[in-house]
Amino acid sequence: MKAAALFLLFAGLPLAFAAFALLPPSPARIAFVFAALAVQLLGLILIFRAYFTHSDGHGMGGGQ
Amino acid sequence: MSTTDLIALAAALCLLVAPLSLAGLALMNAGFARSRAAAHAVLSALVATASAAIGFLVLGCAFFGAPSHHITVHGTPWGIIGSAHTFLRGVDFHSLNASLTAGFLLFAAALVAVIPLGTGTDRWRFYPMALSSALVAALPFAIFAHWIWGGGWLSQLGAIDAGGSSAIAAVGGLSALSITWLLGPRQGKYDDGGMALPGHNMVMVLFGCLLTLAGWIGLTATSALLFGSATPAAIPLIAANTLFGASAGLLATLWVTRSRYGKADASLCANGFLAGMVAVGASCHIIVPVEAAAIGLAIGVVLPFSVECLDRLGFDDPSGAITVFGLGGLWGTFAAGAVAQGHPAQWLVQLAVISALLGMVLPLTHLVHLLVNRFSPQRVSGDGEQTGMDMHELGAGAYPELQQVMKDQFHR
Repeated sequence: MKAAALFLLFAGLPLAFAAFALLPPSPARIAFVFAALAVQLLGLILIFRAYFTHSDGHGMGGGQ
Repeated sequence: MSTTDLIALAAALCLLVAPLSLAGLALMNAGFARSRAAAHAVLSALVATASAAIGFLVLGCAFFGAPSHHITVHGTPWGIIGSAHTFLRGVDFHSLNASLTAGFLLFAAALVAVIPLGTGTDRWRFYPMALSSALVAALPFAIFAHWIWGGGWLSQLGAIDAGGSSAIAAVGGLSALSITWLLGPRQGKYDDGGMALPGHNMVMVLFGCLLTLAGWIGLTATSALLFGSATPAAIPLIAANTLFGASAGLLATLWVTRSRYGKADASLCANGFLAGMVAVGASCHIIVPVEAAAIGLAIGVVLPFSVECLDRLGFDDPSGAITVFGLGGLWGTFAAGAVAQGHPAQWLVQLAVISALLGMVLPLTHLVHLLVNRFSPQRVSGDGEQTGMDMHELGAGAYPELQQVMKDQFHR
């Protein structure tokens, strides 16, 4: 879940970049940027879920 | 004296007070820590400052500086990463502007490293923290700073971040989010029903706020002069806007906490003050004081709910850095687009900045923390946490008399 969350966060970035690099100012550009943020929001939700399932007092960093 | 020299001189004077923000944050982190980790908190701030400055000097400056490596799309070259020399070689230190930019970025990198320390307080080990700080300054911070300040694709789009709401505050706040995810909560925070673990000295926290404000005004003014096309005449406006944003944030949080809990909450009020200050940074040179107050007010109202929500989700963030710098920085970045005049789609560009923060800075920062954790665990051992970071990592406490009293009581 951790890797999927990080991938989704990263995946939104090329979408946002492509909106400006490939599309002229138009509603389609706005839709692309919102789509990018939606993908990233999904990634954030997954991060929160992943954290929640590991929240047993030790986190993921592990104690020595 | 030419206009360029005048701007550089004003920026140099402002940069002189910028270290106060580091001192203020170090003091706040110490106040938010428990008494058995107070010295560790301040020394951590020094170590993080040193490591981040070295990390930026060794590698970060190369990823920040011009010329850019480009990718060309439809005939337009977009700057993706800097390709300057490492160790600041090639910087003309006889040029006030070039040396100021280098000096400012070293302080900014240090601030990015100090912000998450409050989140990891009482459990983040020294050596992995130092390594993480250096790598975050060298990679995600430097690359993002290039994108928005150094001629990269965000600055080509016309993104606004004069005072570092995104490049400093949000990068530091997202690093705090990543580290709390990795470290997990402090012992006793959620075990056996859980309990509040308040900071040991609220006076330090509140005084730290005032110090941070002084430094932040210098930092945002320097940044606006160097990267925001502001003139020295804008410095009083920048100072006033920063103060108005902080004031509105504080008063809004004061009102919300008083309404919800019956009494004002000192630590949340301190956070509201900082969040308002952080949020106005991006647009500090182009907004009027009423807009600054509105930006601060909005984050001040949201802050107590955000801190409470993260706490309920199991994110143990003693200093509230995730909300103050992460959410405050993201809000300030978006608000700059909403209030900017002359560019109808500025808000969309500002959303691209937020997307870049979530898409590059957060994953890369987390990978850095994970990588360091693989070689040297970030979290202290259970025994070490119970002993306290001061005794465990430094061998001496911040308050030796207090420890003697506690020992005597234990043996009685």
